[in-house]
Amino acid sequence: MSTSETPLVEVRHLKKYFPIKKGILQREVARVHAVDDVSFHISKGETLGLVGESGCGKSTLGRTIVRLLQPTEGEILFEGQDITHIGTRGLRSLRREMQMIFQDPYASLNPRKRVGSIIGDPLKIHKIGSKSERKRRVQELLEIVGLSPEHYNRFPHEFSGGQRQRIGVARALALRPKLIIADEPVSALDVSIQSQILNLLKDLQNEFDLTYLFIAHDLGVVRHVSDRIAVMYLGKMVELSPAEELYQRPIMPYTEALLSAVPIPDPDLAAARERIVLTGDVPSPIDPPSGCRFHPRCRYMTDVCREIEPPLTDYEGHLAACHHPLNVSKDEALRAGAAAESPESAPADATPTEPAGKESHPVSAETPR
Amino acid sequence: MAERLLEVKDLKVQFATEDGVVNAVDGVSFTLDRGQVLGIVGESGSGKSVTAMTMLGLTRGVNARFEGEVQYKGRDLIQLSEDELQSIRGNEIAMIFQDPMTSMNPVYRVGAQIAEGLRAHNEGMNKHQARARGVELLRAVGIPNPESRVDDYPHQFSGGMRQRAMIAMALANNPDILIADEPTTALDVTIQAQIIELIGRLKVEFNSAVILITHDLGVVAEIADVIMVMYAGRVVEMGTKRQIFYDPQHPYTWGLLGSIPRLDRPKADRLHSIEGTPPSLINMPQGCKFRPRCPHAFEKCWEEPALENRVEEPGHSDRCWLPVEAKRTVRDATISGENRAA
Repeated sequence: MSTSETPLVEVRHLKKYFPIKKGILQREVARVHAVDDVSFHISKGETLGLVGESGCGKSTLGRTIVRLLQPTEGEILFEGQDITHIGTRGLRSLRREMQMIFQDPYASLNPRKRVGSIIGDPLKIHKIGSKSERKRRVQELLEIVGLSPEHYNRFPHEFSGGQRQRIGVARALALRPKLIIADEPVSALDVSIQSQILNLLKDLQNEFDLTYLFIAHDLGVVRHVSDRIAVMYLGKMVELSPAEELYQRPIMPYTEALLSAVPIPDPDLAAARERIVLTGDVPSPIDPPSGCRFHPRCRYMTDVCREIEPPLTDYEGHLAACHHPLNVSKDEALRAGAAAESPESAPADATPTEPAGKESHPVSAETPR
Repeated sequence: MAERLLEVKDLKVQFATEDGVVNAVDGVSFTLDRGQVLGIVGESGSGKSVTAMTMLGLTRGVNARFEGEVQYKGRDLIQLSEDELQSIRGNEIAMIFQDPMTSMNPVYRVGAQIAEGLRAHNEGMNKHQARARGVELLRAVGIPNPESRVDDYPHQFSGGMRQRAMIAMALANNPDILIADEPTTALDVTIQAQIIELIGRLKVEFNSAVILITHDLGVVAEIADVIMVMYAGRVVEMGTKRQIFYDPQHPYTWGLLGSIPRLDRPKADRLHSIEGTPPSLINMPQGCKFRPRCPHAFEKCWEEPALENRVEEPGHSDRCWLPVEAKRTVRDATISGENRAA
């Protein structure tokens, strides 16, 4: 998916650390490495799926891109323009271009506001149209997302979870943004409703030429909507590939394990396949393991994994960070080694970010949540 | 023939609310044998949790009305007094709840919470014995360093570990029946896989029967023996795992099977979806409760069908008017995930 035009979003070496403060002086004692040196781009009109377990930094990444969080380091480019340090005023006009859909349809709508103002407020804030025009636009939006214009004066509590999520989608669409960041938009919904929302998002993308960053932990859902998929683990992007290819040919062992953990709703297939059960939990992002962050849970782990962080290597359009890549022929590995200078694998050169002497710190130190 | 542990007969649960009477469970019957895993599948509000909680008397209240029987070892759990139930709960029948974050008390150590259940049901067990058993249980569910972990507080455990600790707690008294209400929903897939494996192992090692409540058909495909599909407080289809997955009879089951984005199949262009939303339990549609959302509904569906056993397939029952041949011709498109509701 390489296009010659500027990508809609480009993220370069993005880092987001959260300080942990202690004592009366509130001194910083440690940092949560939520997003740690991540680079990628999203082209116009595509859907980039972002998967990983809870705590891997996928939501933080999404929120940092819309600048709900201030990045610690790195650059975010939107249509070629650097928005990493854009001020409040700049942000406001930026929000017309990028919007978010949140996970929890119960918590993301103000229970004291009517649907009309929930969807219409973005228009009001940006001074778009007269009052009656705004009302017409909101009613139109309600129809677009499959609700009825009569719902204009209702309150969120009068709707079911799926309908609320439709309201959330209408609100995100109100300003006709170019980019929508959907953070687990269907994980709180029942399966039958989930597929309704997924189909809706797909229709809207075709109709309004939207670009999505689709964050989810469900690999089935992500495969269904995405053109390309990025896998994150402990703040690092460990694999990025065209959607179908990720499922046919995972290169990073973590991806392989994730895929094998997804339950298959077919008893015979479920019984027949080999399942890689990862032991332990995700280590703490406060003090991530040295070398490859996945090594304490990896079944292919060797000494090199403990010491050297694997660079994100380009295997002909399929990026993966692993010392023991799966499903890669010798030829491909050689060619990948030679072509280390492609734009996406650029962070590869900057690898030794991890200061030496940091100790591996497996399972024992979990943080809550 | 395995020992029959539980027999639920025509269970009905109603709650009186300000808006009217909620028919949460409406005529549910099933049996459970030792060593069996029963999967109860359905969307939120289908009555699956209420069914399970009622068995343990957890839905009792001034506004609740019960009908039917829950026979367990010659006693009807619905009729038992609170004291009698107390001696069964956590002892002979134990439950694991969905959210491992909120189902433990944050101010007590994990070990103390396990010991509480042990000592409540075993007179004469002292603190040391209870603690030792707690360590043993934590080890059995795969918690590393159980000797030191037993003194941790719940917040020091990750989500997956907390769910393991909950399972350890539920297993403390070797229950005959383990009820797991969405035990993996709040967990990541990798952790979910660990928990599924654990529950499967328990069935063998502890020889308990398991009732697994979930909305995830993938999870039941892994470990259930018998599956009960619920919709709007009723059982709409029930059968063995193979019958439900390979020969489903009810359009709702087809819809559920079709709406999962599947990794084992080529990517579909559009996902099948069941149009509309589940009915309000206060104001149920006339006739078949699934009729308003069913693409195959016809005149007869204005009358409610009974849960009928299929003559040619023993143990497989469903609640649908469609003739068997008609089902065979219309269902394949739905199950394969094509959105061609007509």
